[in-house]
Amino acid sequence: MSDTHAQSVAFVRETAIPPAAPPSTAAGPVKWVRDNLFPTWANALLTVAALYVIWLVLSSTLPWILGGIWNTNSLAACREILDGRSAACFSVLTERWHQLLYGFKYPSELYWRPNLALLLLFFAAAPVLFFDLPRKLLIFTGLYPFIAYWLIWGGTILAPLVALAGFIAGYLVYARLVKASFAKGFLGGIAAAVIVWGIGGYLIPEGASDRAMLEAIPSRDLGGFMLNLMLGVTCVSLSLPIGIALALGRQSHLPLIKGICVVFIEFIRGVPLITLLFVASVMLAYFFPPESTVDLFLRVVIMITMFSSAYIAEVIRGGLAALPKGQNEAADSLGLDYAQAIRLIILPQALKISIPGIVNIAVGLFKDTTLVSVISLFDIVGMIRGPILASTDWNGVYWELLMFASVLFFVVCYGISQYSQWLERRLATDHR
Amino acid sequence: MNKSMIFGALTVAGLAAGAAGAATLDDVKARGTLNCGVTTGLIGFAAPDANGEWKGFDVAVCRAVAAAVLGDATAVEFVPTTGKTRFTALASGEIDVLARNTTWTFSRDVDLKFDFIGVNYYDGQGFMVPKALGVSSAKDLDGATVCIQTGTTTELNLADFFRVNNISYEPVPIETNAEAQQQYLAGACDVYTTDASGLAATRAAFENPGDHVLLPEIVSKEPLGPLVRHGDSEWGDVVRWTLNALIAAEELGVSSANVGEMASSTNNPEIARLLGTEGELGAMLGLDADWAKRAIETQGNYGEIFATNIGEDTPIGLARGLNAQWTDGGLLYSPPFR
Repeated sequence: MSDTHAQSVAFVRETAIPPAAPPSTAAGPVKWVRDNLFPTWANALLTVAALYVIWLVLSSTLPWILGGIWNTNSLAACREILDGRSAACFSVLTERWHQLLYGFKYPSELYWRPNLALLLLFFAAAPVLFFDLPRKLLIFTGLYPFIAYWLIWGGTILAPLVALAGFIAGYLVYARLVKASFAKGFLGGIAAAVIVWGIGGYLIPEGASDRAMLEAIPSRDLGGFMLNLMLGVTCVSLSLPIGIALALGRQSHLPLIKGICVVFIEFIRGVPLITLLFVASVMLAYFFPPESTVDLFLRVVIMITMFSSAYIAEVIRGGLAALPKGQNEAADSLGLDYAQAIRLIILPQALKISIPGIVNIAVGLFKDTTLVSVISLFDIVGMIRGPILASTDWNGVYWELLMFASVLFFVVCYGISQYSQWLERRLATDHR
Repeated sequence: MNKSMIFGALTVAGLAAGAAGAATLDDVKARGTLNCGVTTGLIGFAAPDANGEWKGFDVAVCRAVAAAVLGDATAVEFVPTTGKTRFTALASGEIDVLARNTTWTFSRDVDLKFDFIGVNYYDGQGFMVPKALGVSSAKDLDGATVCIQTGTTTELNLADFFRVNNISYEPVPIETNAEAQQQYLAGACDVYTTDASGLAATRAAFENPGDHVLLPEIVSKEPLGPLVRHGDSEWGDVVRWTLNALIAAEELGVSSANVGEMASSTNNPEIARLLGTEGELGAMLGLDADWAKRAIETQGNYGEIFATNIGEDTPIGLARGLNAQWTDGGLLYSPPFR
């Protein structure tokens, strides 16, 4: 072609051809489908099989859900409307939703109180969960337990105030004495708190709760999903610090502290939670005189907290063990004392490693709160199994109720898990 | 836990047992409420309604006692108990009376140290099978899988029945009646057995009740009644005679509608003694004269309680059967009020 001249060529393109759209098989949805759903014969078969299964599931459940009846007041009436058709009777939810959420004894005109407590929980938890927020918000977090107690249980405001005063007095004494020695500060703080509580309890007049601003609600009247949330939040937030203390105690050089922590952890981990709950509800009643029984809610909280703190302690011990010994030695060489080294060097790293394990236990613990239904507390599962299914109107409705409970639990647990993933990304210091 | 704590706890437990043994009646009056143990939910017998009010056949007994003792049928603290926690709740003093369709048996009365104060429902254990199974007698159930509630007398009766008839079965243990219903409908067991009243109520809730039959055999006696702790006969008497008052009221034709009129204008001396216009019966119990009148006024007589909660006009639809008055061929027979 060396003798080919420009003049001898009939047409010479002087501009670039405008880019054509890629063929439909190489881009866009068709390509995505081919690459992801039908890349090989085997995968294509699997895709078809999976689609068939999905269709099978949806074709039976969707009409059942979408055709659901929402406005009858008994199962019999609902079945009459359905007239042999298979569809859900969601009217049990519209009629009994308040019982599923709050239990059957919480007065309905007071539902705003737990609602407000839940709303405030988000504000109180925010500075703990998202540490970019201003640290001053933590003051509200510190006050929140007392506000929530007062809102949910009602009664005299003096009780939470005295409790708060005890904590403040304990902290002040601790802050003053801790410079001399930690043990002195610790014991002094506890003594001060106990003294304030004792005096305060003596000062609260008899029957103060009867004419209080918020009507007092006994623990027995709490129930529904509210009870699950309360148990979950209280026990997780209590068991985390106790778990850290146990994990550190287990590594202590003092044989007494180490022994107590090891025995506690191993004993609690060796006993099923349901056994502890039975002990809380049945056995403890024998040890107290009939008139002075400790509140059942409190007994359950103590048992679940003990249980989960033993597990959290082991998770954190795993985090501590993962740290190289050099971290401790570096802290020593900087001249930090034990408390400083733990607070500034060891725990931040160990806790970061332990996040997935802690979240795992928190999610498991939250779901375990439904076990309280076996000791005749009416949490959401207890409400479903007991009063609602035993009412003449709704005897025989299962799927709708249990689906509702699963949706509630799923929302909360998925939220916890998403938060922990965000936290891990936020704290990631390894450079990948 | 160190030693002194254990001893301390034991001492407290001892004191508690001692305290619980003393006058329950005074405790209830001082407290102003009656602590009554009920089920966590059994259709027709005890369950809270949409407003959270406890309703049912056993609940009515609690309310009648509260009306008699405290003058207020609503002054009852209902303590829900499961089949496993009910006896400890009563023994530990957490509740004053247990009205939880509990079968009166020798060992519960003697060995567990409770006093059954009477029978408010005569029941017996029956079997329910799907019609499609084609079984007409419980003796044909050789090799069947049976749904059975654990921790109840029905479990033991079932074993006895199959042993006596020399046939085999496979138990499927379940916890609550609601669970049993679903297991049975899902085909996890061929047979569901529990008290006949429970079977009738369960079947009534099915979508197609006609597809299931109750077998004719009743394999046990299940006298269900309220119970109190041993060792406090005064309190036992109060509960016993409140129940008897409800039964006697039906026999004597006293109902919630006419009790006021009866009290003022009756010529029948027994009605007058029952309603406190004659004699000193209330004072003998440590109550006022109107105790029985209040119980009947608020709850109705036995027949009314039966009809509103579990009778033939309710979805449960139980016939009176053994629970009719002795004058109608049943077993209900109150000792005379004299």
